[in-house]
Amino acid sequence: MLDPRTAGRLVALALIFAFFALTVKRGSFYQPRNLESLLRQSAVYATAGLGMTMIIIAGGIDLSIGSVIALTVVVAAWVLNLPQGASTGPATATAIQYWLSDWPVLLPWLAVLAALTVATLAGWLNGLLCVGLRIVPFVVTLGTMMIYRGLAKIIAQERPIYPPADSWLSRLMDPTLTSQTPQRWMLLPPGVWLLLLAAIGAGVMLQYTRLGRHIYAVGSNAETARLCGVRVGQTKMIVYTLGGFFGGLAGLMEFSWIGGTGIPTTAIGYELSIIAAVVIGGGSLSGGEGSILGTLIGALIITTLSMGGQQMGWPRPVQEMAIGAILIAAVALDYWQRHWRLKE
Amino acid sequence: MAIATRLQMQDVHKRFGATWALRGVNLSVRAGEVHALVGENGAGKSTLMKVLSGAVLPDQGQIWLDGRPFTPGSPLHARRSGIAMIYQELSLAGHLSVMENILLGIEPSWGPWILWKKMHQQAAAALAALQVTDIPLDKPVRALSVAQQQMVEIARAMAMDCRVLILDEPTSSLSQQEVPKLFCLIRRLRDSGHSIIYISHFLEEVQQISDRFTVLRDGQTVGTGQTNQTSIDQIVAMMVGRQIRELYPRSRRQPGEVLLEIQELSGLAKPWAVSLQLRRGEILGIAGLVGAGRTELLRAIFGLAPVQAGKIRIGLWTGLADPPQRWRQGVGYLSEDRKQEGLAASLSLADNITLARLEGLGIGFFVWPARQAQACLPWIQKVPIQCRSPWQPVSTLSGGNQQKVALARLLHADVDLLLLDEPTRGIDVGSKAQIYQLLDELVTGSPSQARPPKAVLMVSSSLSELLGVCDRIGVMCRGRLVEVRPATEWTEHELMLAATGPPAPAPNTPPIPQSQNPSPEHPNP
Repeated sequence: MLDPRTAGRLVALALIFAFFALTVKRGSFYQPRNLESLLRQSAVYATAGLGMTMIIIAGGIDLSIGSVIALTVVVAAWVLNLPQGASTGPATATAIQYWLSDWPVLLPWLAVLAALTVATLAGWLNGLLCVGLRIVPFVVTLGTMMIYRGLAKIIAQERPIYPPADSWLSRLMDPTLTSQTPQRWMLLPPGVWLLLLAAIGAGVMLQYTRLGRHIYAVGSNAETARLCGVRVGQTKMIVYTLGGFFGGLAGLMEFSWIGGTGIPTTAIGYELSIIAAVVIGGGSLSGGEGSILGTLIGALIITTLSMGGQQMGWPRPVQEMAIGAILIAAVALDYWQRHWRLKE
Repeated sequence: MAIATRLQMQDVHKRFGATWALRGVNLSVRAGEVHALVGENGAGKSTLMKVLSGAVLPDQGQIWLDGRPFTPGSPLHARRSGIAMIYQELSLAGHLSVMENILLGIEPSWGPWILWKKMHQQAAAALAALQVTDIPLDKPVRALSVAQQQMVEIARAMAMDCRVLILDEPTSSLSQQEVPKLFCLIRRLRDSGHSIIYISHFLEEVQQISDRFTVLRDGQTVGTGQTNQTSIDQIVAMMVGRQIRELYPRSRRQPGEVLLEIQELSGLAKPWAVSLQLRRGEILGIAGLVGAGRTELLRAIFGLAPVQAGKIRIGLWTGLADPPQRWRQGVGYLSEDRKQEGLAASLSLADNITLARLEGLGIGFFVWPARQAQACLPWIQKVPIQCRSPWQPVSTLSGGNQQKVALARLLHADVDLLLLDEPTRGIDVGSKAQIYQLLDELVTGSPSQARPPKAVLMVSSSLSELLGVCDRIGVMCRGRLVEVRPATEWTEHELMLAATGPPAPAPNTPPIPQSQNPSPEHPNP
């Protein structure tokens, strides 16, 4: 079940964890509260990493994911803020606002729907530009990274949106162990459950469906895939669209994580950490390799390093350097391991 | 010997893995001569030239250059020693100017600064030495025609003081008007004392331009002589030689209904107006030189190459289709390029074999890995493929076994029409024999197990293979299907003659483009 490469990564995670567990003072690192915090912190990277895993396996890349997350955050906040907006708009807008204030229960759901739709559309557009214009994904998503970020800022009018009502959406990532109303029966915050569910879905899709096998084939050798009757362009479109969708889920978590506000400048630079998580987890930027489990481990490794470093009192730059070193070490180990095995 | 020997290669051997690419090659080239090197595809010409140009180290054998022992250790070393190779695919830096290309790596400079004036002079001198005047020195190379680019590359060789110039199929990308110009240039170089090794499939050209020739077959030198004392027929006879026939099993085959029928099929440039019929229980072979349009014909049928005109009928389906549709119609294609196109090397055998037909390996859109492996096992045993497990990455297999994986994909998809492009290229004899055996079983079919005979359309550059395996063989030349005959009515000699083009019309005139003849090849019944 567990291939040696993933097993090796699990061991690496365990070693890094053990290091901090032993060195952080008073054994606080392995307190349940800290473990929960670890999961909460890694959830955004891991969830967006699910889509990024598919994209990277298919031989692509998505630099716009950080902006997609920000866009989602802003759209969710904007929708939640609708009833509060000044009712100077057209009559229909006013009517919608009244209707919404009559049905406050619907509001968070509407926010989720709008946010996920926008994120999915953003991913779809990435795919369309890559496949339709035949531009390399690096350039396409570098461009849309700026476009989506700008869009988020326009929607938010370049300042944070503070939705008034404290909905369940903004409590998505709240800790279950330390919150005012402890919901211990949930064991983990709803956002983490959402991540697990999404991860299982994505993992099953990649390993056990035709689409999943096609994604691996397209990334391993697009020519072979085409020859074997795989619709390569269509597969890539689906992959980027899914990438947007998972970016949207991650955006909802980010929205809660930053306290239920729509900050348009959030998640800057996330794309690099997310790509790092996929690569540490065994994804190859030349395509054809990678796994959901690996990406989850990669996200956990990154979070453990930054959290552990923080609690050790390491300066932030040192944490960043440690993550960079791990990234290079993971890829180098993979390469040399394969090299040695081939030599045998 | 009165004339100085410039280059002498003796008893050169080179082995790749288990196969000998060269097993005893002797080649002797004099100063001031054009020496033609001929042989079938895979005879070892390109390996020999790689040895000479330093890209490959020989396992055994001696080389002398101007009487001194010489072992090129790297392409740079060979270049510095005065051996320049000009490949079919030109190797120029397209964005750089003509003069930068000519003096690439040997730019006149003062410290880190390039002396542009001097560079201009040197490049102009190099072109002037070739009597080439129509190439502007400042233009980027990619803006030039192919023929001009070739001149630039030759000028670069001359700027490096080259003594031995190797030309690999230099006319293949030139137009009919450009060839005489090139020949003129070659003769001038020869007369100024350079040695030229000329590699070509076109034997008329060889006859026109070369002074002497050497024939390679199966990695060995089988003949050498004066070109003007030898006929094309004699050269062909040396190239083809005799080969074993036992490799090819042949059961009693019964051609059934017509499975593939194409009429006047034309691609963008190749193939051109090709018509043929293929029945169940039949192997139709396509012979021809590299670039004759054979691969493009298969790809056009399979929907991987564009089609300009013509009709394709496969079983009940008529019209064009894309690869997914072709697979569903029961057509499978085996690519000639295993690495680039044939296989997804980082994926497992199971994934590669089942990729074209994942349907039925699970409920709905699911694919169960266990079912994938199960579906592969019979083929792994039957073909047979030597592997540890169905989940082994294909990249860890030997070339022969990789090829068998690519073939097993067609078997798993259970196609009726197999389009095979060079199915045995670069694999060992044992694997070849297994593939021949398998093909024979496929087209024979087995009524007892209710397995109807299949049809095979096969492109190969090995003439003996075509003669051994096929029921009928057609020859393609410059995009056209020249002639189809039962295999028993062909000889290797005739195939080679038909493939190298119409019998040389008149000395010193390039072959007339066939479109000028009223074409007699499609009598519509």
